[in-house]
Amino acid sequence: MPMFEYAPAPESRSILNIRESYGLFIDGEFTAAADGRVFKTISPATEEVLAEVAEAGSADVDRAVRAARRAYESLWSVLPGRERAKYLFRIARLIQEKARELAVLESLDNGKPIRESRDVDIPLVAAHFFYYAGWADKLEYAGYGPQPKPLGVAGQVIPWNFPMLMLAWKIAPALACGNTVVLKPAETTPLTALAFAEICQQADLPPGVVNIVTGAGETGRAVAGHPDVDKVAFTGSTEVGKLIARSVAVAAPKKKLTLELGGKAANIVFEDAPIDQAVEGIVNGIFFNQGHVCCAGSRLMVQESACDDVLAALRRRLATLRLGDPLDKNTDVGAINSAAQLQKIRDLSELGEAEGAQRWSPPCELPARGFWFPPTIFTGVSQAHRIAREEIFGPVLSVLTFRTPAEAVEKANNTPYGLSAGVWTDKGSLILWMASRLRAGVVWANTFNRFDPASPFGGYKESGYGREGGRHGLGAYLDA
Amino acid sequence: MPETRTAARIAVRKTYKLYIGGGFPRSESGRSYVVTDHKGRFLANAALASRKDARDAVLAARKAFGGWSGAAACNRGQVLYRVAELLEARRAQFVSEVRSAEGIPARQAEAVVDAAVDRWVWYAGWADKIAQVTGAANPVAGPYFNFSMPEPTGVVAVLAPTQSSLLGFVSVVAPAIVSGNTVVALASEQFPLSAVTLSEVLAASDVPAGVVNILTGRVAEISPWLASHMDVNAIDVSGVCDAKLADELAVAATGNVKRVVRLPVEDWTMTPGIDRMLAYLETKTVWHPVGT
Amino acid sequence: MSTMTGPGLFGSDLRRFLHGLPGVDRVGAEARAAMLASRSIKATAKQWALDAAISMIDLTTLEGQDTPGKIRALCAKATGPDPADPTVPKVAAVCVYPDLAHVAAHELQGSGVRVASVAAAFPSGRASLDVKLADVEHAVSAGADEVDMVIDRGAFLAGDYSLVSEEITAVKQACSPAHLKVILETAELFTYDNVRRASWLAMLAGADFIKTSTGKLTSAATLPITMIMLEAVRDFRETHGRQVGVKPAGGIRAAKDAVRYLVLVKETAGEDWLDPRWFRIGASSLLNDLLMQRTRMATGRYSGFDYVTLD
Repeated sequence: MPMFEYAPAPESRSILNIRESYGLFIDGEFTAAADGRVFKTISPATEEVLAEVAEAGSADVDRAVRAARRAYESLWSVLPGRERAKYLFRIARLIQEKARELAVLESLDNGKPIRESRDVDIPLVAAHFFYYAGWADKLEYAGYGPQPKPLGVAGQVIPWNFPMLMLAWKIAPALACGNTVVLKPAETTPLTALAFAEICQQADLPPGVVNIVTGAGETGRAVAGHPDVDKVAFTGSTEVGKLIARSVAVAAPKKKLTLELGGKAANIVFEDAPIDQAVEGIVNGIFFNQGHVCCAGSRLMVQESACDDVLAALRRRLATLRLGDPLDKNTDVGAINSAAQLQKIRDLSELGEAEGAQRWSPPCELPARGFWFPPTIFTGVSQAHRIAREEIFGPVLSVLTFRTPAEAVEKANNTPYGLSAGVWTDKGSLILWMASRLRAGVVWANTFNRFDPASPFGGYKESGYGREGGRHGLGAYLDA
Repeated sequence: MPETRTAARIAVRKTYKLYIGGGFPRSESGRSYVVTDHKGRFLANAALASRKDARDAVLAARKAFGGWSGAAACNRGQVLYRVAELLEARRAQFVSEVRSAEGIPARQAEAVVDAAVDRWVWYAGWADKIAQVTGAANPVAGPYFNFSMPEPTGVVAVLAPTQSSLLGFVSVVAPAIVSGNTVVALASEQFPLSAVTLSEVLAASDVPAGVVNILTGRVAEISPWLASHMDVNAIDVSGVCDAKLADELAVAATGNVKRVVRLPVEDWTMTPGIDRMLAYLETKTVWHPVGT
Repeated sequence: MSTMTGPGLFGSDLRRFLHGLPGVDRVGAEARAAMLASRSIKATAKQWALDAAISMIDLTTLEGQDTPGKIRALCAKATGPDPADPTVPKVAAVCVYPDLAHVAAHELQGSGVRVASVAAAFPSGRASLDVKLADVEHAVSAGADEVDMVIDRGAFLAGDYSLVSEEITAVKQACSPAHLKVILETAELFTYDNVRRASWLAMLAGADFIKTSTGKLTSAATLPITMIMLEAVRDFRETHGRQVGVKPAGGIRAAKDAVRYLVLVKETAGEDWLDPRWFRIGASSLLNDLLMQRTRMATGRYSGFDYVTLD
């Protein structure tokens, strides 16, 4: 029985103003779907219904694209950059003003701890809009030619793991470059996108510049496949990414495409690593956001000579992780986003045991309702195991060992994915040597899961192509 | 007993002071000079800065440099954007001051003030992009990682344009501070009042004390002290109309190898390039071996 | 093993050991400490923490102008922090200069509050070993239960770890059976790597407690520094089987900060250290803020300075 037991410290829901039902945000207004279809969004921590949301059919998507096209031709592409910039600065400010409300809404709809949505997600959302606002009137300096032009209408489909952050990554650069957008949020996490639509109204953003069409896979296909969309941007699973790439390659070759897909990142710890910070980095790498992170450090590769010490420290640290109510300010690990995702994680974990790896979790009390999975480590894992190859997208870490830097690189690269990697060592030249050889779009050295609007993010190989963030992130939305 | 309001209301006039280290002191010399409008009518007494005020301003700027240059770039950008918000909020006041000083029609004054606000927003957006546009990873021969990054040069003295009291002033101060430099600016001798009102905006926004210091006074008296000051790293003499004086200042500046900016501008409403920003940047190149 | 009689490592062996300890990444360490500082401690947890913090205070006065009268007032406050409320726990100890330790010993006799004396040329640490030992012996004979010594930072920064170690061992012998706290003066060590090395050096040489600061410099205890020291005592118990205490001192004025330190202890070294025997806070004005917070929790109203006693 602990002496110092943290009492519940819930963030209040009273700040929220969730409507009973939401329409589609098309041409500056909320309207029902043409065929009246709706779906519900729930809180994954309690399974309570949060709201009813319109489901966009192909007629609605068509209307949204036409609104975006009209707004593009008649206004947004001819507006001087400095005026576009000021709209984006307004949006950034509004996000800051509503920061607490948006963080609570995100945690409620997604299941992630309020501490993360409050301290990481929402601040990054505001920062993205601030950063790209500043590019809108400086595109001639971005390295894409003296007068780079936008592409037109962008169709954007985003996942459920960082709903509002993924929205910011898509919309901010697109608008800064002069494009208009039709964005489909994930079906389990539509609420912050709809709150963003209200922010667009408060900012007096001209109708049609941003359109939000809620729905599931069908809606996403309609958006990506629409013939009048000039640019498709997709973040999600590699499986769906390949389908979209196929349809773009065949049906509308002049469409531009960027993809940000899955990963199975190696987090590589050398024997001379700053151990306590490395353990934090491992924990952050796979348990941050319940492991629902494409760039998660899901393969811990620890130098064999340091393996026992690192694992002992890791197990000790995992015992202090607090799993529970996402709205409690002391929660470290929140709910799994959906029943479907929980089943996938369970299936792959059972597979891990069947494959012969040793499974361990710290003692963890799971709430009765909702979708929960305890932080889990598999040791004795090798590259041949499926749990070392397939993306689990949950709080499950596979631990492998290596002997030399060359072996670490070889094993780290031995995957169809290539999104990110982590390197932990006290030796600077080793960091740079590893970074130059790891086939990954993002290499974190002595840190992990750090994001910034100024820092380009994206994958090699089957983790996708194109970069989001930084000067490089403009390339996806310019006709250069 | 009800007040009678038959007489015209007397206005409470503003006192125009210096802006040094986040505070509003009068000149230590106790002097002032008369500022008139475009028709020669009395507007206000502005502080007549002395060399000691200039000295104090440089000290304040140096003190503020560590914190300002050490702040995250995006943080500087947001601070500058906040200044734009407050400039916009005071639009009417600035329009009125520009009109009475420069004698331009209302429409034109409004355009000038709008341009000044938009100029400030343009610079705010540069803070976290300069490094990406001017920096580089350099492909040297050999197993080395080599990168070049821009860094602010330090304390910048600016002699503001004589004619363009607000837009010109903004256009010579903002490019210095956006990248982390701190500034001692001497406002237009003839039209100093907009700069002083701007200093009130700076004090009310999140700009740390000492990042911008604004002096009002005689350019011939103050500028040589700034040009010869050994703790000033760069000086912008573009606003000095007297060519002979400008030459003398450039020569004095060589005493500690200051970076000297001479980029006179005819039309401040034209979108600036980035040469003013680049003038106040040093480039640092770092080598690091790559190997196990 | 309950006591260490000597370091067992000296000269180049000691140097190699200390330099071979895992490094500390400053950015990562500070991020971890900042995350722990964002924990929200409310209701019953806060009540427990406030009382625990009070019971862990070394109520301190170390001024040139200290007088017997000042010490008596401090001791009265230490044994009864709130005259109106007997449920308020006593503090752990009173901390004074050696020449006034006898006053404290007299006032605190039988109260359970311990007498701590600084010693060994506090705060500079710049004197000969003979002078330092005489200072220590004087404090102990005056009745000190605990001695807070400073290390020779000059010797440490010059790399003369053996000298620092030998001084600690000598002071430990001279002050026995009183407990020895070793003050690292972390602000002068500058890097977290040095804080880790100095912590291990002190523990190997026999320290019962490692302490952050003298409180005489402008920068004093911080959460990341204390975290490094808590990691050190945790690892030391793991490898050497002996538990050493930690005391942050200086600059801790707000109850909120004291609670943050308790969170740090719980989630770094563990609950075994959540006891006045193993964790102390060196402070003076902190006590009144803890009392005001305690009052607010009990009455629901914010308190004021008129309602807590001056010492």
